Amino acid sequence: MPKVTVDGLEIEVPAGATVLQACEMAGKEIPRFCYHERLSIAGNCRMCLVEIAPGPPKPQASCALPATEGQIIRTDTPMVKKAREGVMEFLLINHPLDCPICDQGGECDLQDQSVAYGRGASRFEENKRAVTEKYMGPLVKTAMTRCIQCTRCVRFAEEVAGIEEVGAIGRGENMQITTYLEHAMQSELSGNVVDLCPVGALTSKPYAFEARPWELKKTPSIDVMDAVGTNIRLDSRGRAVLRALPRINDDVNEEWASDKTRHAVDGLTHRRLDKPYIRKDGKLVAASWVEAFDAIKAHWTGEAAVLAGDQVDCETMFAARALAGTSMLEGRQTGLAYDTSSLSAVNFNTTIAGIENADVILLVGSDLRREAPLVNTRIQKAIRKRGAKVFAIGPVTDLTYKVEWLGDDLSALTKAPKALTEALKNAERPAIIVGGGALRYAGVHGAALAFAKKFKLVRDGWNGFNVLHFAAARMGGLMLGYAHDGGIKKLAAASPTLAFFLGADEVDYSLFSNTFKVYVGHHGDNGAHHADVIMPGAAYSEKSGTYVNLEGRVQRGERAVFPPGDAREDWAIFRALSDALGKRLPFDSVDALRGEMAKVVPALGVEGLANYGWNEPSLSAEVNGKIADYPIKDFYLTNAICRASETMQKCSSELVHGTQILEAAE
Amino acid sequence: MAGAVHIPDEAETRAKWGGFAFSPAYKAKADIFIGRYPAGRQQSAVMALLDLAQRQVGEETQTQGWLPVPVIEYVASYLGMPYMRTYEVATFYTMYNLAPVGRFHVQICGTTPCMLRGSDDIIAACKNRGLVKGGTTPDGLFTLNEVECMGNCASAPMVQINDDNYEDLDYDSMTAILSDLAEGKQPKVGTQLPGRHTVEPFGGATTLQAMVDKNHDYRGDW
Repeated sequence: MPKVTVDGLEIEVPAGATVLQACEMAGKEIPRFCYHERLSIAGNCRMCLVEIAPGPPKPQASCALPATEGQIIRTDTPMVKKAREGVMEFLLINHPLDCPICDQGGECDLQDQSVAYGRGASRFEENKRAVTEKYMGPLVKTAMTRCIQCTRCVRFAEEVAGIEEVGAIGRGENMQITTYLEHAMQSELSGNVVDLCPVGALTSKPYAFEARPWELKKTPSIDVMDAVGTNIRLDSRGRAVLRALPRINDDVNEEWASDKTRHAVDGLTHRRLDKPYIRKDGKLVAASWVEAFDAIKAHWTGEAAVLAGDQVDCETMFAARALAGTSMLEGRQTGLAYDTSSLSAVNFNTTIAGIENADVILLVGSDLRREAPLVNTRIQKAIRKRGAKVFAIGPVTDLTYKVEWLGDDLSALTKAPKALTEALKNAERPAIIVGGGALRYAGVHGAALAFAKKFKLVRDGWNGFNVLHFAAARMGGLMLGYAHDGGIKKLAAASPTLAFFLGADEVDYSLFSNTFKVYVGHHGDNGAHHADVIMPGAAYSEKSGTYVNLEGRVQRGERAVFPPGDAREDWAIFRALSDALGKRLPFDSVDALRGEMAKVVPALGVEGLANYGWNEPSLSAEVNGKIADYPIKDFYLTNAICRASETMQKCSSELVHGTQILEAAE
Repeated sequence: MAGAVHIPDEAETRAKWGGFAFSPAYKAKADIFIGRYPAGRQQSAVMALLDLAQRQVGEETQTQGWLPVPVIEYVASYLGMPYMRTYEVATFYTMYNLAPVGRFHVQICGTTPCMLRGSDDIIAACKNRGLVKGGTTPDGLFTLNEVECMGNCASAPMVQINDDNYEDLDYDSMTAILSDLAEGKQPKVGTQLPGRHTVEPFGGATTLQAMVDKNHDYRGDW
């Protein structure tokens, strides 16, 4: 723990800290462009210069210099001020003065720092350099003349996204940042380079020229595109959400967000259900709320089945369950029927942040890159930082890192190959991740648990048994009992007279031909097409909701905008319907509802990691067969919101289908 | 932008060079370079391999060789590294040609010492021979490029043609060299001044004269 003095203030810093970090700990702001907490140190912008004694009598780049015992660091001397002004002037030599037409304006590091640390005017009178625009894919817009070559995007692509497709070509004045031969970045995380770019060189293509940051209302929310529960900030103006940005949460998403999280928001304004509909003579006809309630009342027998979709919040599920009053609840739309008697056995127990520490990881039928891109980055980190070894059972797919494929035969779980057993024998923190691609086969869940027991994946201070869900509503649904014994097929076989479908768009509706189907949701997608009555609800941006992510973390998002037209918040719909059906629900506000919910499931009342303990159900461990494929075929079109999003459709046709055509041609 | 990287038409080069692979002789050389680095660090040999690939392309096209994109990709796969990383190396160093060059790649130094010693005359000699800066002559023989200092200031002005340096040039000697090369003759490499061997002073040694014939211990003189 070296002691250093920063501007006369003596502080103790952790061993291995850099001078820049020491200055930050002392409360001094150090301007920087290339340095980023989550990326490797490059030291090429030179903006973080400070004066250090003992050392050469010249300014030194603090980001790349380790803090050592007895260092005297000064950030406020004339030398430092002059050095910063000099660096700033050099950076601005080739930077265009096009802030008025630049999307970064108002949230630009270069703008802010040139005001704070620049000298106010340039002495450069020659022509500025100009660089051609580069193609980086459907989400990243480039204006490379603005680039200051901090190489944050290059380091992000390599270290976090795991795709080495971005680089700097040429040298000196001709150096340019580009993707390989200007192909689109093949990454689910490409949008993050826009946030990382300290200038306006990389900006968001779908958001181009939409708004200035100071016009936007910022609302903290939780993403529902996958089960990671990315903490996001919704930026809205008027009634429209214009963009979604990640918030920092080191336990969940660090400061990244997947492209779907960021760019599906334009789907929130397309194909919306904005008034109730009733099916008359086979056709859906617009109706009033009262008519819709009456139509439901005609089929009300005192109870109903409820099927929850992938993006539903806990409040909605709780209200629907309270009204329906049955055990006919199911959330696993695609027909999974794994055992849920112990929630710990279907949870991501290692936690998202914890998986970074694993040293041997076995993936079973889990295409992490598409199912949970931000868990994938953690594994990438485990490999890079701690040399973790990754094995996988399932069809070979590109996960952006080196994987030892053990074939797609599930018997590898019961008769582990030698390479795997050898690795596990010496592992200190081994982990298994079971994905939806494997859970659909009978016995896999039991075999995975048996595997965990055999190789002691659950040990003192470490739980290496993980199930990976990829629906935002899944863990919350399981906590609220949305799991019918035998899955959706068995539920459908009971042929309920009335069923509520909460934004359930992936259900096989042919199973419910004898059921009166009420769809409560926000998009006119598959569910709405099959419904007998549609009650328009609110999307995740339009309601305050509780979500539980794949590791059992209870998180709350707030409402950014109001639902369109006659659409209402889902819990309020059920509250109103309960009046009409003569079974009044005991809550009149979200707070009251949450109070009731916390009485039934206490864990949902507390934000943070829910504690499921650890107990293994005894399940049959007999497996045979092969993993045929992974559940997510098209990363960009997995739910109703992204299917309605033009940006996601563009990404899908270009990044998913474009490559397939290319591969077929080769 | 003057020195910006220009990548030749991709479809055409892919069709022509898509099947590139090291010939047995070059493969043997490549594996020697890889063998110089510890196992798992084979990527360190990227610069040597790019050079070998360029030379093989040169032999196949009867020129000084260049690096078409599929060849860069071949080298990347050979070393198990991402295409982008190899591509970065190939675009960084000026010794890798990213566009086809002629049989003789004339790299003329125009940096200050050479300029003071008359590199303008050398450029004029090239120009009068039909060479154009940044281009190849129609007969495919000469490609001319102006480069920065190549460290031969004591024998300026100089040009580098393929792997050889020609130093102490003037208009006439440069014209003669180009003519010889065009006729298939090998001109004298190194300094073109009669009586000079390397970069020793004109007219004999001016310092350490006692060392010319035998080893002399100067320490007593200090």
